[in-house]
Amino acid sequence: MLRLFDNLKTVYKYRVLIQNLVSRELKARYRGTVLGFLWSFFNPLLLMIVYTLVFGFIIPARDPAFQGNPLIYAIFLFCGVLPWTWFSSSSIESANVLMVQGNLIKKILFPVEILPIVVVTSNFVHFVFGLPILFFFVLILIKKLTVYVFFLPLVILVQFVFSLGIALLVSSLTVHFRDIKDILSNLLTFWFFATPIIYPMTFITIRENPWLEIFLNLNPITHIMQGYQNCVFYGEMIRWKKLGVTFLFALVLFILGYYIFDRLRESFPEEV
Amino acid sequence: MIAIDVDNVTRIYQKYSARHRFKTFKSALLKGDLFKAMRPDEIVTALDSISFQVKKGTTFGVIGENGSGKSTLLKIITGITKPTSGKVSVKGKVSALIELGAGFHPEISGRENVYINGIMLGLSKKEIDHKFDDIVRFAQLEEFIDAPVKTYSSGMYMRLGFSIAINVNPDILLVDEVLAVGDASFVPKCLDRIDDFRRQKKTILFVSHDLTTVEKVCDRVAWLKEGKIQMIADPKRAIDAYLQDIAEKQEKDFEIRQREVEQKVKEEEKKEEEGEDRREDRWGKKEIEITEVKMTNLQREEKHVFSPDEGMMIQMDVFAKTRITDFVFGIGIFNSQGVRCYGTNTHSEDFEPQFIEGRGKVTCQIDQLNLINGTYYLDVAAHKRDGYPYDYHRSMYTFMVSSKYKDVGIARPDHDWSFSSSIRIKPPHSKSG
Repeated sequence: MLRLFDNLKTVYKYRVLIQNLVSRELKARYRGTVLGFLWSFFNPLLLMIVYTLVFGFIIPARDPAFQGNPLIYAIFLFCGVLPWTWFSSSSIESANVLMVQGNLIKKILFPVEILPIVVVTSNFVHFVFGLPILFFFVLILIKKLTVYVFFLPLVILVQFVFSLGIALLVSSLTVHFRDIKDILSNLLTFWFFATPIIYPMTFITIRENPWLEIFLNLNPITHIMQGYQNCVFYGEMIRWKKLGVTFLFALVLFILGYYIFDRLRESFPEEV
Repeated sequence: MIAIDVDNVTRIYQKYSARHRFKTFKSALLKGDLFKAMRPDEIVTALDSISFQVKKGTTFGVIGENGSGKSTLLKIITGITKPTSGKVSVKGKVSALIELGAGFHPEISGRENVYINGIMLGLSKKEIDHKFDDIVRFAQLEEFIDAPVKTYSSGMYMRLGFSIAINVNPDILLVDEVLAVGDASFVPKCLDRIDDFRRQKKTILFVSHDLTTVEKVCDRVAWLKEGKIQMIADPKRAIDAYLQDIAEKQEKDFEIRQREVEQKVKEEEKKEEEGEDRREDRWGKKEIEITEVKMTNLQREEKHVFSPDEGMMIQMDVFAKTRITDFVFGIGIFNSQGVRCYGTNTHSEDFEPQFIEGRGKVTCQIDQLNLINGTYYLDVAAHKRDGYPYDYHRSMYTFMVSSKYKDVGIARPDHDWSFSSSIRIKPPHSKSG
């Protein structure tokens, strides 16, 4: 535990590097594209349109919360897809990051955990770029953006810690077990559908099946996504208890991830 | 004062890779041998109980063959890898010229890369602001600094990397082989900078295969072999010992190769027991047969690797079945491109053949080889004055010249340099200021 604080202190010393690397990531990602930064807006928007078409028109949304309106359903989707994209991109990218940056790890001395941290942070910035779009559509379609929006930072914090935990765990283990990359991409597809993103927890089949409800509630991301939906879509108070437990869980995951990362640290220069 | 203190350092590498290619996470999970899979299946000792100290303000060289542990040693001193046992203490800020431009991102501009690389090497943003112009000027990239690094030539890339690393202004500079890739104009500039460092009494650890440079810049040199320190001495002694060792090793390799060749020759001879020997590299009816050829130094020790200053004796055992009165013995030395470096025979040097019968020995003594680095092939022959071959051996014998000079050409005539007093030039092996 003491080591963890020492490590965190070192990382804090390197905050300028993190900042520079994040801005490098952001610049490099869209360098050469015509739309540039706008892709941060368009990617989730296009994804949302696809989901809306499928679940709004082909398989109609049947939950009363959507008032039978595919556009309202689209907002609900956007509420979940946006943070989910942050989470899944961070996880997939961090599975690769130590290998991609292997040259750096072998040649320059710096706290390597910076690399997964940069991955999570730069994806977070993309997520933040998407938020204004979400707010904009909420305002024109639902015409209601409540004060509960100000609880959003808390939800984001929980997700940040959770994503960091996964990123540290995945990035360090993938160095030794390259299969994790493939396992992870499949797992994430499953995880996506096991989280109330395209359906609300109030959906009739879930309410009728207590096992399913328990299963979904055991998924920590469920509570994070519900946090977003509560704050933005429903305009309600966040569920303190559930989110609090999720935060504790995320914290434990972070400590565990960091611990494993630290244990494997010395093997990185040889194995990446 | 000691700047770098390496105390009994051992570094053992554990190789996991071979096993991992097949047994990965999935199988580890299925069979439940996750932790077994983490056990190494091969252990390599890269450094074995290394101890040395580098005094502040001196330049310390490390030489050794590939795989002798030089790079591991540097990585341990920078802290990138930890020693398995032992201790390293380093006093002062370290900058490593291990791989220039490691971590440049191709898509973003040189300017941004300077900042990121600088921060990684331990500079603060302010310091980089301050030194930015120097860095760019030294790299000669004023016009291109805002272009993405992917558009740079490899030379520009390297110059920028070197320029950042050298401007970190370290107390201790670690140099690993980086100068090997520079172009003709940039390398002297880098060496100048390294000289500046020496004059400022900073500590340098210099790892290189370029023995001339090592001899020129280093105060002391450690010779690493198979992870152990063979010798720490003044540059000349260490380099000579190292060259000697390499020559011995080459000698051994040569003998093995030679033996294989002989083996093949014998096999082929068996195949063509009868008739005229007309293999591509040996022909003639063997009225006079050259039965054995030996290369020795002037002390008559058989060897295959020579230094250019050394002498060589070529000894042929010959056998004539009947009395023959018309004969010439000749030798020829060819380099690996097939260029004849030298060729002569007894006829062209006006020896008069009288007769030969039975067994005999012919020796050609060269007092000083005077050849440059490389592999050479030896022709030996016995023939008539009109060229009719008795026994001609074409490039059947090989020897090597291992020279520490980097001169070029075909031969190395004996020479000396002198300068009038108005010219100041440092002779080799001497050190000043």
